[in-house]
Amino acid sequence: MELSEAQVKAAVPLKAEVNDLNFYYGKVQALKSINMPIAEKQVTALIGPSGCGKSTFLRCFNRMHDLYPNNRYEGEIVLHPDNTNIISRKVDPMEVRMRISMVFQKPNPFPKSIYENVAYGLRVRGMRNKRDLDAKVEEALRGAALWNEVKDRLKDMAFNLSGGQQQRLCIARALAIDPELVLFDEPTSALDPIATASIEELVTELKEKVTILIVTHNMQQAARVSVYTAYMYIGNLIEFGDTTSVFTNPKRKETEDYITGRFG
Amino acid sequence: MFLAAFSAVAITLAIVFILFYESLAFFEHVSIFEFLTSTQWSPLFENPQYGILPLVAGTLVTSAVALLVAVPIGSIIAIYLSEFAPHKVREVVKPFLELLASVPTVVFGYFALMVVTPMLQTFMPELPGFNMLGPGIVIGIMIIPYIASLSEDAMRAVPMAMREGSYAMGATRFQTAVRVISPAAISGIIAAYILAMSRAIGETMVVAIAAGQQPNFTFNPTEAAATITAYIVQVAMGDLPHGSIGYQSIFAAGLVLFLMTLAFNILGHMARQRFREVY
Amino acid sequence: MQEQKDIKRLRALIKRLKFNDYVFSLVGLICMMVAVVTLLGLFTDLLIDGMARLNYDFFTSFPSRRAAQAGILSAWVGSVLVLSVTAFVAVPMGVAAAIYLEEYAPKNLLTAIIEINVSNLAGVPSIIYGLLALGLFVYQLDLGQSILTAGLTLALLILPIVIVATRESLRTIPREIREAAYALGATRWQVISDHVIPYSKGGILTGVIIGMARAIGETAPIITIGALTFIAFLPPIPFTGDPGEPAVGMFDWLFSPFTVLPIQMFNWTSRPEAAFLINAAATGVVIIVMTLAMNALAIYLRYKIRKNIKW
Repeated sequence: MELSEAQVKAAVPLKAEVNDLNFYYGKVQALKSINMPIAEKQVTALIGPSGCGKSTFLRCFNRMHDLYPNNRYEGEIVLHPDNTNIISRKVDPMEVRMRISMVFQKPNPFPKSIYENVAYGLRVRGMRNKRDLDAKVEEALRGAALWNEVKDRLKDMAFNLSGGQQQRLCIARALAIDPELVLFDEPTSALDPIATASIEELVTELKEKVTILIVTHNMQQAARVSVYTAYMYIGNLIEFGDTTSVFTNPKRKETEDYITGRFG
Repeated sequence: MFLAAFSAVAITLAIVFILFYESLAFFEHVSIFEFLTSTQWSPLFENPQYGILPLVAGTLVTSAVALLVAVPIGSIIAIYLSEFAPHKVREVVKPFLELLASVPTVVFGYFALMVVTPMLQTFMPELPGFNMLGPGIVIGIMIIPYIASLSEDAMRAVPMAMREGSYAMGATRFQTAVRVISPAAISGIIAAYILAMSRAIGETMVVAIAAGQQPNFTFNPTEAAATITAYIVQVAMGDLPHGSIGYQSIFAAGLVLFLMTLAFNILGHMARQRFREVY
Repeated sequence: MQEQKDIKRLRALIKRLKFNDYVFSLVGLICMMVAVVTLLGLFTDLLIDGMARLNYDFFTSFPSRRAAQAGILSAWVGSVLVLSVTAFVAVPMGVAAAIYLEEYAPKNLLTAIIEINVSNLAGVPSIIYGLLALGLFVYQLDLGQSILTAGLTLALLILPIVIVATRESLRTIPREIREAAYALGATRWQVISDHVIPYSKGGILTGVIIGMARAIGETAPIITIGALTFIAFLPPIPFTGDPGEPAVGMFDWLFSPFTVLPIQMFNWTSRPEAAFLINAAATGVVIIVMTLAMNALAIYLRYKIRKNIKW
């Protein structure tokens, strides 16, 4: 199967579409006119050398750039099914973040108990009922393959977990709010190989339930977990397609150079 | 240069030595039991009584009033500056707070006596001219910048990843500040409170001017009562001969004050150390 | 349809949460305003009270039993002299201690004890320093209730401030600069005197100014050592005096009784007559202007240094 951008758009249900996205840090343009579809309930990977803008791109999806002054978006990221342009000034960043959650590069659990970490997003939404919270927390921890390890010590501080467990806790935290799209920003770069393998397995399982966009600098990882891959270079989207064809039969010379390790 | 550095230790040793040396002379005349349990302090009278409790009570009441004023306001300012205020506001307000923290305390004593107490008297007509409420409030105002500045430092030291994690979950600024940043910075914030308490206890001029000089075993802030520091000032102003029991009594009182502030300082530093270990 | 309803609910929730946010930022702003406005109000009050007495005569007259003729001549002269002693002692000692701790000190128990001590000293109430000075300088060393005693007391008091500030500015000098100097064969002392101190002198100056500003306003320790509150003469000026009597020695002023500005203010504040309170307010204005000016200068210096740092 070999699908181009337009073919993906036509062939599969989409969760989101990026149309002509530009992004500026102050005067510096970090993303240049990006167009890309994001298929529903699939894993889409963003690859490219460091500094290519893949994290910047990812952080546009839940408006993280709004936390810092002088950042500016242009173009649109349309979220389906309601066709909201989530980078529009008219859309509240909080609304976007409540629908799209994120897992960060380094595990960043809050200084709270395991339970409270997972329940955080629910509490933020004003959920108070103990039984509902319990059920949701368990479901999310099971979803993140962490339940069996922590079910007897939910009141423990999250900092006491190992690095890999902390990252899965952060994934559970992101899942607890029933997001429509989960963003992963190099989620395994701070982890050892065994923890990495378990996170990768998790990501592949999760696509049954939720759409995933993952940034990685590890090409094998992209090949292992994703269905679609986008290759970025200095703020440009160079190539997009299904993962197999991007890796085995890249259309662009730059992609081929990067994938074959001649560069980057 | 080593001697210069060592002078810090020498000063501490000298403080401890002088306080203990003169206090020992004092305790030759007065039993420690009486000192710690008697509720009368009248070393300069015909029939002298040496119970430190009234002075300690006065000190604690004024400090408690001060903290009741400074902790809520100082904390809210810290949260506002750290999590809400635009960068420019913070840049202006922080140095301004530092400036306010540097105003000499004798000036604040004047305020307590001349401005705050008369103002309180307008709606509390029975309040005496000397009382612990007015000076307590003024000390509170005085240490607001201190609490705000230290707590704000602690909150800013919480890594950005924590904030991003919270905002990424769709939290508001307020939720992030209260549910994530404050708990993360809690030991730093508590250190700020404790160090502020230690300052309130050691504060001298405000209470010496406006709280009255009469030792009074009471926990009612609307009464006048001397604090440990006010007593020391009172005795030092008069001309007590070197070696008299009155002269020695200020060292005994000073020893109690020193131990109280030392305890709070050690607690505060421990809290801060714990905070540093986490980040 | 289902989605439409969900998003509507979400938006309503966000609106409510944002309202809380808005309320809190209002509360925060109000608190800040309350603190700032209260303080500004108090200072304005002080200025209005004291305005009447702030004239040339006030600075050139001695204190007097008649409030309207009283001035702060002996007080400000006393303050200046005491502060000179303080600076003369505290600056070299504080800077030397900081350089030792930062550049020389081995990592051992003694160094750790010194460091803990420095930070603890900063938390000791100033009146305790007064007791130390009373016991040590006034009686054990028999320096009397003099300018020298007061200057030394305040020097001890601001020593931790100077040490901490100096260490902080030494620490901002990057290791590469030191290594570059060592690589050229400089000795440790050459590195310090040719590079470390010159590059950090702005920061050291800032710390000294802040320490001195603190010393100006300190009242409690000076009261404790027994400064007099009514001084109607100036300390002896070196090499003057009545002809026929032996000339005043170079350092006689060090042992002269004295008063300083905050003590003068305290004394006037505790008088029952309202006229003296006006004098107190006027003195307060003078003290505040002096400390604020020094602190503002220090803050400005620090800001400028931060801007100019190239590394």
